[in-house]
Amino acid sequence: MSSETLTSSEYIRHHLQNLTCSVQQGHFHCAHSADEAREMGFWALNVDTLLTAFVLGSLFLFFFYRVAKNPVAGVPSGLQNFVEWIIEFIDSSVRGSFTAKSNLVAPLALTVFIWIFMMNLMDLIPIDWVPMLAAQLGVGHFKVVPTTDPNATFGMSISIFFIVLFYSIKMKGLGGFAAELSLQPFGKLGLPANLFLELVNLIAKPVSLALRLFGNMYAGEMIFILIAIMGSTWAGFSLGSATLFGSQIVLSLGWGIFHILIVTLQAFIFMTLTIVYLDMAHQEHH
Amino acid sequence: MNINATLIAQAIMFALFVWFCMSFVWPPIVGALAARQKQIADGLAAADRGKHELEASAKTAALELRAAKEKATEIIGQAEKRASEIVEESKIQAKTEGDRIIGGAKAEIDQEVNRAKEGLRQQVAALAVAGAEKILRREIDAHAHASMLATIANEL
Repeated sequence: MSSETLTSSEYIRHHLQNLTCSVQQGHFHCAHSADEAREMGFWALNVDTLLTAFVLGSLFLFFFYRVAKNPVAGVPSGLQNFVEWIIEFIDSSVRGSFTAKSNLVAPLALTVFIWIFMMNLMDLIPIDWVPMLAAQLGVGHFKVVPTTDPNATFGMSISIFFIVLFYSIKMKGLGGFAAELSLQPFGKLGLPANLFLELVNLIAKPVSLALRLFGNMYAGEMIFILIAIMGSTWAGFSLGSATLFGSQIVLSLGWGIFHILIVTLQAFIFMTLTIVYLDMAHQEHH
Repeated sequence: MNINATLIAQAIMFALFVWFCMSFVWPPIVGALAARQKQIADGLAAADRGKHELEASAKTAALELRAAKEKATEIIGQAEKRASEIVEESKIQAKTEGDRIIGGAKAEIDQEVNRAKEGLRQQVAALAVAGAEKILRREIDAHAHASMLATIANEL
């Protein structure tokens, strides 16, 4: 708990609040509450999300670039071995799901997987550490898991959606893509119904992609917060307090271990679906 | 938890990361992997080739060994034949030489015998003359009969 005067609901709200900042009347200003953040409207930035995402993405590219700068075809060093292991894993995943030829898909899949994996992994940092550190530095809120911010997940899924649209039109032509949207599954006579179904199908891709990741990570974060509250109800040495304190330790350990699976799985699902969507964009008929 | 411009910033960041990865990270590493694959394939092919060459040279070596053995046997046979020939020749030569030496010795012996006979003849003649001289000193003139005795000595 960041402060003993907080109630449980305040504690939860505090943890779920991004560091939302915007420029108001020429001044850079960060919101202190959820209401204030909402009033900032669209033209505000969640600085914590962007900062963490940027640092993690840079870290990923830094290590991979170190290997890529001077790749050894002979016996690889430790870091190169590790990087190659990941690259081969991604490469085999792409080969398994993506049948066309593209220079974009494999690096895209690699970036998606590692970046999301690292962002998800931030969930395993004990939830109070980063907000408390931020408080020491005079920053009111700091949500360290970027994937619990729908802005981050939608930012990626909408980018992928545009890539899918681009390749759909590039591979099939504008007419071919329009025909795919309007002429199936019911043929020419059912054109409005076709269009409606296919558009729902199309829009569902980025929405489900973003919401699946966001939902999983958000729920995981929520459970970490709820577990953290157990120990905070400490009220002197009593059986109840001791039980709750012990439960917090055991449950956060258990949930943390389980979360390692979710962290990896969600990153993998996001990557695999990205590959599959891009494969569908490259296929003539499906 | 509201949607705001973070969405756009995240999308731009994502695009930049993907671009960087696509341009500077993925191709060199995949290239290195392909190069290693080729290296290993080449190594295996070379090993295979080496094995074949080894088998071939083992076969050649066996053939040459057999040829050498045959040749050696032939040479030994020839040498043995030549050796017995030389022994035979030496025997013949030795026999010839021995005969020659024996012949020489016999001739020499004959010569010595003849010389001794001659000597003896001379001495016998001289003795006979001396005896006859003693006998005839009183009766015969030595000078008158010397030539007649010499004629007789020569007829012996």
